[in-house]
Amino acid sequence: MDLFTTGDPIADTKAPDGPIETRWERHRFEMKLVNPANRRKLTVIVVGTGLAGGSAAATLAEQGYRVKSYCYQDSPRRAHSIAAQGGINAAKNYRNDGDSVHRLFYDTVKGGDFRSRESNVHRLAEVSVNIIDQCVAQGVPFAREYGGLLDTRSFGGAQVQRTFYARGQTGQQLLLGAYQALERQIGLGNVEMNSRHEMLELVIVDGRARGIVVRDLVTGEISTEMADAVVLASGGYGNVFYLSTNAKGCNVTASWRAHRKGAYFANPCYTQIHPTCIPVSGDHQSKLTLMSESLRNDGRVWVPKAKGDDRSPRDIPEDERDYYLERIYPSFGNLVPRDIASRAAKNVCDEGRGVGPGGLGVYLDFADAINRLGRKAIEAKYGNLFEMYERITGEDPYEVPMRIYPAVHYTMGGLWVDYDLQSTIPGLFVIGEANFSDHGANRLGASALMQGLADGYFVLPNTIANYLAAGPLEKVDASHPEAVAARTEVEDRLQRLLAVNGDRTVDSFHRELGQIMWEHCGMERSEAGLRKAIDEIRTLRDEFWQRVRVPGDGEGLNQSLEKAGRVADFFELAELMCIDALHREESCGGHFRAEHQTPDGEAQRDDDRFSYVAAWEYTGTGLPVLHKEDLTFEYVHPTQRSYK
Amino acid sequence: MNLTLRIWRQKGPEDKGQMVTYQVQDVSPDMSFLEMLDVLNERLILDGDEPVAFDHDCREGICGMCSLMINGEAHGPQRGTTACQLHMRQFSDGDTIDIEPWRARAFPVVKDLVVDRNAFDKIIAAGGYITAPTGSAPEAHSTPVAKADADAAFSSAACIGCGACVAACPNGSGMLFTAAKITQLSLLPQGQPERYTRVIGMVDAHDEAGFGGCTNIGECAAACPKGIPLNTIGRLNRDYLKATSKRAGTPGS
Amino acid sequence: MAVTGIILVLFLIAHMLGNLKIFTGETSFDHYAHWLREIGTPLLPSTWYLWIQRTVLTVAVLAHIVSATVLATRARAARPVPYAHRRKIHVNYAARTMRWGGVIILLFVIYHILDLTTGHLNPQGDAANPYGNVVQDFAADRWYVTLFYTLAIVTLGFHLRHGAFSAFRSLGQQTPKGERRARAAALVFAVALCAGYLVVPFAVLTGLVA
Repeated sequence: MDLFTTGDPIADTKAPDGPIETRWERHRFEMKLVNPANRRKLTVIVVGTGLAGGSAAATLAEQGYRVKSYCYQDSPRRAHSIAAQGGINAAKNYRNDGDSVHRLFYDTVKGGDFRSRESNVHRLAEVSVNIIDQCVAQGVPFAREYGGLLDTRSFGGAQVQRTFYARGQTGQQLLLGAYQALERQIGLGNVEMNSRHEMLELVIVDGRARGIVVRDLVTGEISTEMADAVVLASGGYGNVFYLSTNAKGCNVTASWRAHRKGAYFANPCYTQIHPTCIPVSGDHQSKLTLMSESLRNDGRVWVPKAKGDDRSPRDIPEDERDYYLERIYPSFGNLVPRDIASRAAKNVCDEGRGVGPGGLGVYLDFADAINRLGRKAIEAKYGNLFEMYERITGEDPYEVPMRIYPAVHYTMGGLWVDYDLQSTIPGLFVIGEANFSDHGANRLGASALMQGLADGYFVLPNTIANYLAAGPLEKVDASHPEAVAARTEVEDRLQRLLAVNGDRTVDSFHRELGQIMWEHCGMERSEAGLRKAIDEIRTLRDEFWQRVRVPGDGEGLNQSLEKAGRVADFFELAELMCIDALHREESCGGHFRAEHQTPDGEAQRDDDRFSYVAAWEYTGTGLPVLHKEDLTFEYVHPTQRSYK
Repeated sequence: MNLTLRIWRQKGPEDKGQMVTYQVQDVSPDMSFLEMLDVLNERLILDGDEPVAFDHDCREGICGMCSLMINGEAHGPQRGTTACQLHMRQFSDGDTIDIEPWRARAFPVVKDLVVDRNAFDKIIAAGGYITAPTGSAPEAHSTPVAKADADAAFSSAACIGCGACVAACPNGSGMLFTAAKITQLSLLPQGQPERYTRVIGMVDAHDEAGFGGCTNIGECAAACPKGIPLNTIGRLNRDYLKATSKRAGTPGS
Repeated sequence: MAVTGIILVLFLIAHMLGNLKIFTGETSFDHYAHWLREIGTPLLPSTWYLWIQRTVLTVAVLAHIVSATVLATRARAARPVPYAHRRKIHVNYAARTMRWGGVIILLFVIYHILDLTTGHLNPQGDAANPYGNVVQDFAADRWYVTLFYTLAIVTLGFHLRHGAFSAFRSLGQQTPKGERRARAAALVFAVALCAGYLVVPFAVLTGLVA
């Protein structure tokens, strides 16, 4: 093909073998340790303060390392993990309903559509139980039963009740737990916290990650920070679509800069699209708001049977409505997994049967549930969600059905890491949503929080020691030629952005890029569409560097400059996403290729050709190089998912 | 609709700052308040002006980053709503809207509508946690917590740390923020060992940061977008009194 | 604030009860006034108790003022740049007028002492006949004195309404239900105290006590 070349396969050399239940335990024993007295001589940089970064920074500091932590928000408490609503999975089996570590492992591998690593996922399931213990000890106010024990619920179609939650704000409560542990270490002087700082470059010395270049967003000062290891916990890249449920500031810059310096980027095309978001209301839309998936437990999804039926929903008689999820998937009905529900909504809207502005919406109707259970019961269950919906749309969902539409929510792809969460650059570790490792092609509900905290509390603090124990590394400071070069690169790039002084705003480019991506690399992708998207992205990127206007200067707070740098990186990522989507000629999880579907429209995997992780190498001006990491399944055998 | 905005513009921490008037046209009632500011900023950029700097991130009312005093009310006229979830249908055509930053010595202005809320982090660092190093936790079910306590702890824990309480308080006090964390942790059995050192540490950090004292007016709870109740301050006071009396410091008491 | 406030409130209650003795007749009231000077005798020499109480009250008033000044100064320092546009959401007149109300009450107390304790500003000013002093003071043609007393007492009522609730809160009242009760109790208490104090001048004004 003309868009990339294929290089040598890549292997996860750290992955242990033997019975899967014993791998992590054995690996932990075999890893080297760092003497407590030596730890305080070692500095670790952690970028990002979400569930993964916050918990990792706190834990490393507790262990005695010197930690430097960075976030772009004004406080580490605001990282976007805070917005997660639903819950966190853990194989506690408190319900005695047949759950176990093995079942959580099994469900996660299967849910990921057989595109994740068995060893990693099993480790995730194992430490899930420790996470709950840890969070309870920190004072996270999980929901409880009258007997005082923890309440759990079933989530995202799981057949066991393994999801722990704190009303609709589980992410917030877990993040505040990690944040408080982090603040404690900051107070003790073990963590140097740098909020309103953005990482703009990675510093590599002798092939190892040894530091980062950061910009102080308040003063505009560029500085180079050196360390013995660098941990990226900078989150996902859903904002490449402009409209997503991510926070406005979420960006790919830290990961992308590392990628440009040699870290492979794995499976960038795996994107999770969440089916229950509030639809776009107009061109002014700046972000999309998620409504908890739990709404589908009682709400019924429908559209009018006739195209272009613009009657008010209450005037459409029952026999002229199409409850399409119940019709197509009689056994799962409205509770089909996220990717299926999202695609079904897209299909009916493509047929011209969508509702609301632009025909991009479907009804989520609670009339039956209100009749059956009474308004009181619905209020008790979903009251706060209904209020939120009314605040945003101005419509009362007790009276008129909600309108929902899918939106980009999570990115399963990320920087490639080995079993130790180390990227292809020695000394650069990647955790949380920023890495690719555990969710395969599709993430299960309530598993993102689990993975973020597993990486940060329990995995990384063990595996990073194995790397650091091989030291001590040669002392380097900011005056090292490599560090100076990285800093100069950053300064040049900012100057270039400021110097264009064109006639279009950064947001207008971002919005246009988002439209291209949503159209061609969103819920459904096709070869022709992706090729078109790549052309359009390239044209738009060239235009960006000729016509963007970034007002002000680099001194002091300049939010346009921050956005411009992020959007510039999104352009490069967008192209790689399309190339990855184009090369993966199968449909799996969050990647659906129009050419690869069963006769009745379901995703069709091609395990013979694509049972691998696609790890992309950046080559500068050359074509990206694909390195394949073969996936083997010894415990969970690939089957076709079916929800009919 | 068409609106007149009067916005606080301040180039940097040392600049004196002033209210500047702008007109915005064709505002859709479906826009959020911040989207309306986006529209203004897009125009300012194209006109060669500096856009208005304001803090925002999640735009779904949970990160606590947005911090606008709208017509003299923290987060604007709709109760229980952050500025990012406030929609323009709350306003009418022809309205004049004043937008200012939070005003408090402990929250110095960085630029325009952006303030520095690091003082809140310092209050948390001074005791707003339970010491539980990773790995040291006992089995989660070893200590049951009465549902009522867990629910009340959650209600206090819902604080998003936006600072509206400080902005609204006539005394510039951050007591509701401090009390919310103290209440959450002191309601839980896990929070008991550090209960009294926590309250002293946090209240001292609060006072040191330059916040005003609480006189129980209640403006904070009325402005709070997450409905943190005023009675949390009573719990803080009770814990503080106990902590400063001799008994709390005596082992075995 | 709460502790000194409570001391002052206890005095206010006792003082009000004493005032109401005016309805029991001139002899009884004058006897009560005389008795006040003899409390504690023969253990304490005459008027010693009164002076102890006066000292305690003065200290409490001063401490109350000092605390209030500290709070006011901190509040001022906590917001060096004021808002250009400010709206009160939670309209709580009592809570918002604590500082100016306090100043008004202080001025009133000074006047009140000069009027009915030392007698300097009283039309009769006879230390041996407090009943007469009161009756002369609130005579119908001196309606402006009654008016001033009324305004001061109403101000005191507002001050007490928020002050009493705030004292409960400062001393650790911490449940939502308790808060409702404390607010109600503070309101009832403030109204009762106002009524108790105002009934005397109005009784004189209307000729009920003469």
